[in-house]
Amino acid sequence: MKISVIKELLGAEVVCGEDQLDREVYSACGSDMMSDVLAYVKDQAVLLTGLVNPQVVRTAEMMDMVCIVFVRSKSPTAEMVALAREHGMVLLKTTKRMYEACGKLYANGLVGNGVAR
Amino acid sequence: MSETVRLYFDVDGEDFTSAGQASVQVKKSLRQLGIPPEIIRKVSIAMYEGEINMVIHAGGGKAEVLICEDCIEIRLRDQGPGIANIEQAMQEGFSTAPDAIRSLGFGAGMGLPNMKRYTDEMKIESEPGKGTDITMRVYL
Repeated sequence: MKISVIKELLGAEVVCGEDQLDREVYSACGSDMMSDVLAYVKDQAVLLTGLVNPQVVRTAEMMDMVCIVFVRSKSPTAEMVALAREHGMVLLKTTKRMYEACGKLYANGLVGNGVAR
Repeated sequence: MSETVRLYFDVDGEDFTSAGQASVQVKKSLRQLGIPPEIIRKVSIAMYEGEINMVIHAGGGKAEVLICEDCIEIRLRDQGPGIANIEQAMQEGFSTAPDAIRSLGFGAGMGLPNMKRYTDEMKIESEPGKGTDITMRVYL
C-alpha cells in the first residue's frame, strides 16, 4: 500500500515527508508502548501511536520504519519533526482513534505480519 | 579475535528525550562499514534499550562498541544503583521504572529481556550501590 493511500484512508494530514508518499509499505503495527514495538515488531514499516515524544521517532528509526501515524489528533513536536526529517521518515496525523485507524488499514489490506492478505 | 573498529560514547543521564543518540550514531557507523542490515538492527535495538536503561536508572554511563572480525561487542558501564536481583530483572514485565517513564512508552520491564533477545551473548555484572556492567555480543 502506498503511504498516500494510508493518508487518504485515515483522512490524515502530512506533517513531514511529503516527497515520500509514493513509497510502498507492506505491514504496520499499533502501540503506545515503545518497548513492545522493540520486542515484538519485525519488518513493519508503519507505526500507529498516540504517544508523543522523541523516543517514538528513535524507536521507529531503530526498527527501520518509514512512516509514523499519530492517532487521536496528537501532534508531534518540532524536535520530533526534525528527527524524522533527518531519517527521511513520513509523519502523518489523524483525528481517528487507534482502533479505528488500525482497522481501516487492516481492512484495506495492510496487514500486521508482513504477508499480504 | 582481531579488533577493527572501536567506538566510545558518553551517555547523558540528564535528559530522557535525548537518550538513544549513541545508538543512532552506532547504526550510522555500522551502515558505513557495510554490516548486514539484520545485524545492524539487532545491535541498534540492544544498545538503544541499554542506553534507555542507563538514563532511566543510572543517571547515564559509558558505552563502547567494538566491531571485530567475527562479532560486534557492546559494553555498557554505569555507576548507578546496581541490580539487586539479576534473575528477577531479566523477567519480562518486571520493572522498577517510575510511572513518569511508563507514560513515555518505556519502563514496561522489557529492556533487559529485549537486550537478551536481540544478542547472541549477554553478561551482566552488577553490585548494588556501585553500578552495572553489561557486555553483549552479536555474531556476524
